[in-house]
This record gives sequence, structure tokens and C-alpha cells, in this order.
Amino acid sequence: VWQALHEELSPRGFTVVAVALDSGGIATTAQWIGAAKPTYPCLIDERHIVADLYGMVNVPNAVWIDEAGVIVRPAETAGSSDAFRRHLNRTTKQMSDDGLAERERVRGAYFDALRDWVAHGPRSRFALAPDEIRRRLAGVTEAHTRAAAAFRLGQYLAHQGHLGAARPYFAEARRLHPESWSYRRQTWELEEPGKAAGPEFWAAVDALGDQPYYPPPKMEGMPTTR
Amino acid sequence: MPVTILYQNRPPFVVPADADGEDLWLSLADFQAATGWDLKPEGACLGDMCVPIAPGVVSGDGRQANLPGFARWLGQPVVHDDARAVWVFGEAASTRRAALESLRAPDFTLTDLEGRRHSISEYRGRKVFLVSWASW
Repeated sequence: VWQALHEELSPRGFTVVAVALDSGGIATTAQWIGAAKPTYPCLIDERHIVADLYGMVNVPNAVWIDEAGVIVRPAETAGSSDAFRRHLNRTTKQMSDDGLAERERVRGAYFDALRDWVAHGPRSRFALAPDEIRRRLAGVTEAHTRAAAAFRLGQYLAHQGHLGAARPYFAEARRLHPESWSYRRQTWELEEPGKAAGPEFWAAVDALGDQPYYPPPKMEGMPTTR
Repeated sequence: MPVTILYQNRPPFVVPADADGEDLWLSLADFQAATGWDLKPEGACLGDMCVPIAPGVVSGDGRQANLPGFARWLGQPVVHDDARAVWVFGEAASTRRAALESLRAPDFTLTDLEGRRHSISEYRGRKVFLVSWASW
């Protein structure tokens, strides 16, 4: 997905840095990275430290960082939409034409916003003012940092071969940070391969009701409701 | 009994320690090796920064310190698995919040598929689109 964008914009002082929030490490990510043939860095984050540091709660989430290392857009949905909730056939995994069109429209608007920022830098209307960024930052609570600690303990134990011992800590991370789909799906997947996209996942998505799975970024061209 | 300590982003550190409920006592030298914090008579110091030490963190004889007591005093979450003797000490929410609100991109180092290490700070001078994905 990002390779074309990277090729287009990297001559203009831009780079994609992709981070796999993936406790499976190389074993689970290598085939995906190989298939994408990326020329941008693809880093592997078994402990989800980047999600923790930047407040990411799902994939894909993105942060825009300027040349001076300053955040100009905090973590938000990166070009994905909730089209899949209405337009994906859950049995065949096929998206309807309407769904494909919606997905392309949202992704196109997001890519255009990135292009605008690369062209205009701080003068781009998509580069947010510091006060606005601070308003948009999801507040880091004690529950979130406890969730991160519980996830790390579970991830460490699972990595040592003690999956059974890890389960209560995974459950604790999910309970303490319910907004984090990455904790939820990662821990499900570690508990049982395939579970991240299985019936539990769809039940949790359905339980959202009117709430978004991918909250649209507050930017021009994005749906304001789903 | 050997205990594995996962202190923030430091690698796992195995050390002899006395665990007692919510307390974990280490020698001052092991405490520094595990956390980076040097417990001195004038306070706990990490590099140039020193903070007061809460009462009860250092034992009466001055030879041991209670790491969870110290962490809780700093607002750091503590989670432990007693059966496997693993203790995790996270980052304080206030520290994490302040870091984000500074708007400076927090640095980290991770490896790519070939094992090369990359830090986000290496890309200063370029616009960076930092994006998450996963195989799950």
C-alpha cells in the first residue's frame, strides 16, 4: 500500500517508516514484507513499543513527523475506513463494488492530504497547530500504562513458551485499554492463530454499534460519520 | 531466588532478589544495574536528574532497596508473575503524557528483517510518515 506513495514522495524529502506491531516477529511478518518489496524501512516491533510511545491503537495508524522531529499530526487512522463493516462479505471475504469505491475514496483523500503536506510543509492545512495536536492527543491514563505493563509481561511469558501463564495478563491489557484494537487482536492471535480475524473479532466489531472501528481523521475529505 | 526484571525499555535483567508480596528487595548495585537509578544518600539519580527517595524504599541497614516501592513512588505501574518470578515496571502516565505533549517525536530503535537497527531520530531532515501494520 505504501510503496507507491514512498516512491512518489521520497525524492521530495519524505519517507515512510512502517512498524509491524507484531509479537510474532520475523516469523509472521517476513512473508508480508517480502511480498510488498518495500524500499522504505520496515521495522518489527514485537513489544508494541511504538504504539505505546505514540498512542497508536490500531493498524494502520500513522503519525506525521516533520524534518525537525516534531509531530504535526498525532496517531490517527491512516487511510482506512469502516467500509468493510457494511460492504465485506464475511464468508467470501469479497468487498462489494460500493465498498471498494468507498475504500478508494477515503484512501485517496488521505494520500492527497499527505501530498499537500509534503508540498507545503508547515503551511499545509493538514499540518496541525501545536494546540490542536495537544487537543487531539488521546489522554494517557494510568490504566493505559498499566495495560502496557501487563501486555509486556504477557508478551514476555508467551515468548518464553509460557502461553498459559500469559493469558491473564493479556486479558488484563484488553480490559485496561479497551480502545486498543492492537492489544486486543494481537493477544487473541497469540492465544490462538486466526482468532484476530475470527468470530470474536466480528462480534467485537458488531458490538461497536454506531461507534467507528476506524475513527476517521478530522480532515477535509474524510467521512464525518460512517 | 533469581528474578527477571523488565524495567521500562531496558532488556530483561536477571538478578537474585527477595520477593515478598508487593515488595522486591535488591542490593543497591543490582538496583542500579537493573534500572539505571543510582540510590545515593542525597536521592535517587538517573544521569543528571535526582529525585528524593520515598521513606522505606531503602532498608534500615542501607544495603537493599525495594524496587516496586520506588516505582510506585514515581507513579510507574508494577505487574508481576510470582510463579515465573517476572516483574515488569512500566512508564508513569504523567511521563508519557508530558513526552507526547512536548510534540517531540519519541525516539525508539527497532530492527528490520535483516537485523539492521533503525532509530526514528535517524530520519531528521526528512518528513516521516510513521505507520503501523500487522500480520494478524
